[in-house]
Amino acid sequence: MNDTVAIPALTPQDFTSDQEVRWCPGCGDYAIIKAVRKALAEIGTDTKDVVFVSGIGCAARFPYYMDTYGFHTIHGRAPAIATGVKLANPELDVWVVSGDGDGLSIGGNHTLHALRRNVDLNILLFNNEIYGLTKGQYSPTSREGTRSPSTPLGSVDHPLSATRFALGAGARFVARAVDTDQKRLPDILKAAHAHKGTSFLEIFQNCIVYNDGAFDAFTERKTAPETQIFLEHGKPLIFGKERDRGLRLAPGTFSLEVVPLGEGGVDEAELLVHDQTNRPLAGILAEMEPPDFPMALGVLFCSPEESYEAAVYAQIEDAKAKSKADGIDALLRTGHTWTVEAR
Amino acid sequence: MENDRAMAEAALTLDEVPREELESAVIRFAGDSGDGMQLTGGRFTETTALAGNDLTTFPDFPAEIRAPIGTTYGVSAFQINFGSRNVMTSGDLPDVLVCMNPAALKVNLSELREGGLVIVDTGTFTDKNLQKAGYEANPLDDDSLSRYRVMAIDISKLTLEAVKECEVSKKEGLRAKNLWTLGLIYWMYDRDVAATVEWLGTKFKKLPNIAAANIACLKAGHAFGETAELPDGALVYEIKPATFRPGLYRTVTGTEALAWGLVAGTQLAGLKLVFSSYPITPASTVLHVLSRLKAYDVVTFQAEDEIAAAGAAIGASYAGALGVTSSSGPGVALKTEALGLAITAELPLILINSQRAGPSTGMPTKTEQSDLYLAVYGRNADAPLVVLAARSSAEAFDVAIEAVRLATRYMTPVVVLSDTFIANAAEPWRLPDVGSLEPFPVAFHTDAEGFQPYRRDEETLARRWVKPGTPGLEHRIGGLEKDYTTGNVSYDPENHQRMTDVRHEKIARIADDIPEQEVDQGPVQGPLAVVGWGSTYGPISRAVERSREAGISVSHIHLRYLNPLPRNLGDLLAGFDKVLVPEMNMGQLTTVLRSRYLVPAESLSKVTGKPFKIAEIMDAIRAHSEA
Repeated sequence: MNDTVAIPALTPQDFTSDQEVRWCPGCGDYAIIKAVRKALAEIGTDTKDVVFVSGIGCAARFPYYMDTYGFHTIHGRAPAIATGVKLANPELDVWVVSGDGDGLSIGGNHTLHALRRNVDLNILLFNNEIYGLTKGQYSPTSREGTRSPSTPLGSVDHPLSATRFALGAGARFVARAVDTDQKRLPDILKAAHAHKGTSFLEIFQNCIVYNDGAFDAFTERKTAPETQIFLEHGKPLIFGKERDRGLRLAPGTFSLEVVPLGEGGVDEAELLVHDQTNRPLAGILAEMEPPDFPMALGVLFCSPEESYEAAVYAQIEDAKAKSKADGIDALLRTGHTWTVEAR
Repeated sequence: MENDRAMAEAALTLDEVPREELESAVIRFAGDSGDGMQLTGGRFTETTALAGNDLTTFPDFPAEIRAPIGTTYGVSAFQINFGSRNVMTSGDLPDVLVCMNPAALKVNLSELREGGLVIVDTGTFTDKNLQKAGYEANPLDDDSLSRYRVMAIDISKLTLEAVKECEVSKKEGLRAKNLWTLGLIYWMYDRDVAATVEWLGTKFKKLPNIAAANIACLKAGHAFGETAELPDGALVYEIKPATFRPGLYRTVTGTEALAWGLVAGTQLAGLKLVFSSYPITPASTVLHVLSRLKAYDVVTFQAEDEIAAAGAAIGASYAGALGVTSSSGPGVALKTEALGLAITAELPLILINSQRAGPSTGMPTKTEQSDLYLAVYGRNADAPLVVLAARSSAEAFDVAIEAVRLATRYMTPVVVLSDTFIANAAEPWRLPDVGSLEPFPVAFHTDAEGFQPYRRDEETLARRWVKPGTPGLEHRIGGLEKDYTTGNVSYDPENHQRMTDVRHEKIARIADDIPEQEVDQGPVQGPLAVVGWGSTYGPISRAVERSREAGISVSHIHLRYLNPLPRNLGDLLAGFDKVLVPEMNMGQLTTVLRSRYLVPAESLSKVTGKPFKIAEIMDAIRAHSEA
């Protein structure tokens, strides 16, 4: 047997660049980058093969702080640019970091098309329901009535659900997580990475300056067990600190209802079982909101299909195999040609 | 009909008609959008090329795919100028105008030279069609056409007779009347039908009855010429083959030449081509051509919009391929922010702009060269890049290769200006031997020792190009201002000045790496220089040639490099008393030259959606020579 050397395992530090982080103290982005570094170290992807592409906004500064390849681009266009990266080199491990304004407002079109094409990207959408970097205007995910510098009397337009948008766009992997949830977030990131095709992960991210506490209704540590439900494929939909409540379809309807479990309540067998390959189920789970329902976190939907760039390269390989193409000179000489002889 | 009788009375048979030898001829086929005029023109082009004539074509069609039948705005035309001498333009005034319906006559008659021949299908000159075309009376029955020679033939009827034996419906049969007409024109100009017969057989391989009907019509039209009694005057011509440099030739449109040039250029650079574009007239055809070249390792991507198309191309270049995007004016406007990113990230990128008449949507199928300002100046902040322009369809091949060379050597976006005319026009092309062209392989940086993303080559000032995936060179770049060396984000005032200066200097220095400007014809100094760029090459060249033959001292200078300009251009222009700049815009190059060199350049502007006529430029040359 040949000599072997121990390959040192990667650590989060290996993914940390030498650049000073310039997010506001207390920003949810610190928690997210910590989880991402941890997840990447655990995945074990070589730093040289990882590319972070971002657009514009607070979240978009993310690549500067990762010791991988990174491209901080223009507002909203990161999914398109990342698509180009993947088309040029499908071997790269490409991540898109975006926010609610970047990914759903100015770049909504690109997010939509990356998702429907199923390019093998991991899209992390940091949703803080506000424009942070431009100092606090309301965003497309801000709740109706949000008072902001641009809506002093409260916003009058209706917000978008990032998760339902992704499901509607045909995403094959849709998940949700909370920034500070260091226990689950790395695992969800790893699941997103493992999925071949576009993975869409909405991360509820607290903006401590312009929208502090926006997600308290389900992230408040004390009440979280009662206001969140963590989805696991093949497991019944149960939540509560005492695991005493569950979700089922209200009899005769296609609506969910919260039911008490156990004594005096329903039997566990009556509960819905999470099926992450069921898109309509993901849709109604994504609809849930406190106070009437718990917020659904974890992998809502995962149903892999061939990724876009794989299909593109399959066509190219097929064309090469079938072609009698014999160089560019032969190409120019296809069709009618004629020779002019020297006189 | 009156005309038929007149023709019959003056008839001659073929044997009695000697073929008159012509140096060149201009034919314009015109009909309804559904009459197949572009196909007819395309076949005549191929046959004429195979007959050894030089040629230039001008497809002129409406933006509507199928405008209401018989209307003037639904008229589609195809003009070809061909000859035994060097043909530089699609021709000022047609010698022969083929009109498949009254609307085609209405729209095109004013273009026909006096005494020219008009061929009409009388079968379509019904009251209803005359009314749709806006005729109050039938122009065949009054003296409207008295200044021209007229061949009035019921082509519709003769077409139906020709397809009688073919198993096609009346409607299918009638659709072949363009081939009948083509057959007649072939006979008039002594062309062989064989290439077209072969082409029809291939095109309608799965519809043998349609192929048979079309071939029958082509031959019937040809036979009609041979046997019909024709009116007085020589109507049959001979145009001898032109003298070409020895070599292998084909016809090529600007679209094909650009697409193939990109493939050749990326091969010479040793790169993968990733072409990313969004459909827009008249640029979509570049995507069509390249998407069929997968066997050449070409990746094409139809993006969701113009911005995504530019973005994906930039992403591809970031990842170590050559990203190329393509559009026309309004789409290019959308890409400008992305161009700024490629400029500051210092990544190679090619943007092809097939210019069309504007502003806004303008006239999508009509030619113009009004995006020069957009190319040279049209971005936020100080954002210099390279601008090249192709002067003809065939030359677009070389320009595409040069664009690849400059983009990769200098890590910069390059805008290639084409236009509707070049995109669609076909001309003979002496095929280059790509295998013998000098390769310019890209050397990606791989050495981690002392690596800094923005360290520059001292000569070219280009930063290093690193492929993601290279160990030890992980780094971040972006749209924020970067430190001169490390590429880290920097708001330092002096650093921004230095970075702006170096981005400017990098492009300016390219003037040392491009050929000095030559004078295309005429003296290198004198009373008048005509300076052009892009597709005005043909008409300017011919106008200068004829003016010089008429004893006027005038020179022609044609620019391929619009930014940076050739380093000797200022001195060259200073050697002329006057500078005349014909452009299909309101004087954009004129402004550039005046501001750059303080020369008294004067504009000859034309924005009708049509190329310059030789006579228009000759008139201006004469006026500037006399004044």
